[in-house]
Amino acid sequence: MIELRSITKTYGESKNVVTVLQEVTCTIADGEFVAIMGPSGSGKSTLMHIIGLLDSPTCGEYILDGVSVASRSGDDLARIRNEKIGFIFQAFNLLPRATVLRNVMLPLIYGTRDSGSRLERAQVALRAAGLGEERWQNRSNQLSGGQMQRVAVARALVTDPAVLLADEPTGNLDTATGDVVLESFQALHDQGNHTIVLITHEQYVAEHAARIISIRDGRIVEDKKNGHRRAVRSITPAVSV
Amino acid sequence: MRTFDLFSESCRALTINKIRSGLTMLGIVIGIASVITMISIGQGAQTMIQSSIEGLGSNLLTVMPGVIQPGRGIVSSGRGAAQTLKNSDIEALKGIPGVAAVSPESSRRFQIVASTGQNTNSTVIGVLPAYEHVRSVFSEQGSFVADAHNRSMSRVAVLGPTVAQDLFGDANPIDKTVRINKVNFKVIGVLKAKGTAGFFNPDDTVFVPLSTMQKILAGADFLSLIALSVEDKDQMPRVQEDAHITLAQEHGTSLESPDFSIVSQADILGALTQITVVFTLFLASIAGISLLVGGIGIMNMMLTTVTERTREIGLRKAIGARNRDIIAQFLLESVLLTVIGGLIGVAIGIAAALVVRVGFNIAAEVSLFSILLAGGVSTTIGVLFGFYPAWRAARLNPIEALRYE
Ligand SMILES: Nc1ncnc2c1ncn2[C@@H]1O[C@H](COP(=O)(O)OP(=O)(O)O)[C@@H](O)[C@H]1O
Ligand SMILES: [Mg+2]
Repeated sequence: MIELRSITKTYGESKNVVTVLQEVTCTIADGEFVAIMGPSGSGKSTLMHIIGLLDSPTCGEYILDGVSVASRSGDDLARIRNEKIGFIFQAFNLLPRATVLRNVMLPLIYGTRDSGSRLERAQVALRAAGLGEERWQNRSNQLSGGQMQRVAVARALVTDPAVLLADEPTGNLDTATGDVVLESFQALHDQGNHTIVLITHEQYVAEHAARIISIRDGRIVEDKKNGHRRAVRSITPAVSV
Repeated sequence: MRTFDLFSESCRALTINKIRSGLTMLGIVIGIASVITMISIGQGAQTMIQSSIEGLGSNLLTVMPGVIQPGRGIVSSGRGAAQTLKNSDIEALKGIPGVAAVSPESSRRFQIVASTGQNTNSTVIGVLPAYEHVRSVFSEQGSFVADAHNRSMSRVAVLGPTVAQDLFGDANPIDKTVRINKVNFKVIGVLKAKGTAGFFNPDDTVFVPLSTMQKILAGADFLSLIALSVEDKDQMPRVQEDAHITLAQEHGTSLESPDFSIVSQADILGALTQITVVFTLFLASIAGISLLVGGIGIMNMMLTTVTERTREIGLRKAIGARNRDIIAQFLLESVLLTVIGGLIGVAIGIAAALVVRVGFNIAAEVSLFSILLAGGVSTTIGVLFGFYPAWRAARLNPIEALRYE
């Protein structure tokens, strides 16, 4: 459960203060699929970094699973990121020279829990992300954009995190391959094991989620249920990923 | 993070850019190899000097004319050509209790010509029979200079093996004639080889009776030095002091400003050891500079790596790497470079010491100490020069690192 209470984030000092987030308050329950939508520069990424424990708010309180994170040490935050949060970035951020399998297993080496066979977990995650087995031994820089983002999704899933945070995950993909990634989020949501926060500036992408939070100039301007969730447009066999 | 994962991550990172890793490592390889070689040459020289001084004879005191100034070492005797030691000193020294034998020497370099026409320029030493025992020389053929030769001022010569080889080759020199300073001498003996004593070759000498040397060859009654062998090692300091008092009385000089000096083997060894230690340190510090340059190369490469891998570092932090995991990974990368470089350097250093030993006849020895030193130093360099880049990597803000293009 993610609880944000009056989160404010500012950059700069005294005269040159820039307020990026202003009094953001909202609650995201376990298992929800939320889109955070807003134009470029509205503070979406900043909000995601705070939710993902990569950044801390200037004011306000963030309570993750009932515990305020402000009191946590850097090592604690690193462990929570490893165990509870999976990140998916617009630029994929894979290790280019490493194989697909090694990229996916990377979060497991920083884990403290004994997680059974790493290889098995990576294989499960790659199947869930929908990347064909024939690619698993390829180096990640030999893949197409859509395939790279699937590797990134698998890497985010491999620790079986409670929360998936995706920042413009389709931003570098064409619509068809982007749809495949969005569809895999919907499939994950239907299983009900993950809270998914999808950040986007596109209405079309946001409509894949079950709830849409609109943000403008660092404030939440709308927070609504998305009753008729958009189904992914037909996935034709012609789509190459 | 498990140790195995740490090693596997660091090794993979190093193998991604093999040429760069290899070139950086080369700096450490050269540094360590030269330190090992230099130390082994220095230690080899030290051992050689030690054994050659011990080979000069046991429990030996040497009286030399002139004064040796403290601090300037024995090599630079104040008045080297001082002619203050006389034949009368020999009897005076024999009277000191604890003295086993007294062997006066009068030496000079002369041109020596054999009947074969071959010639050589060697040191000719006038000696008494006591020389044989005091300096522990052994005859290969014939006999050594005897008392009778000294009494009758005989023109007989005993050749060192180098001289015998130079003049007569493989022919038997006994009873042949050699001309020393245009005077004919009959060869009565050849000595066994002793081997080079560093800067002085005891085998490249010719021995004649002391009286013959003084009256016929040199035309002067002075002695170049007097060697004393002492009965017992423990008596050396006392005998040295007694000899000092006796000779000062004999020469009519005060005890504080004598016209001679007495040195023991320990003094010579001490002085020469000091020289070789300085020599070794000098060589090692030059090699050490190249090691330092190698270390800076490591740091340079690691700083470049950290900049290039900013996004990777950001990602690792985002997925749960703690600061200490990042530090450990980058530190291990630089330590691996220096340790592998160090190992290769040790191997090359040992090989180079072997080449020096065989090729230049210097008894270069690679000691366990210098290997351990090299290992320790290369690890330390890895940690020292790797720490700053690793710390920079760990300090990166993950958000900025992820944004970095
Ligand atoms: N480190 C920073 N210093 C100053 N301003 C920043 C910094 N990071 C982000 N900003 C500003 O915060 C605003 C919101 O940025 P961001 O959260 O990335 O927006 P979005 O992801 O919605 O495009 C932007 O105007 C950006 O310039
Ligand atoms: Mg953004």
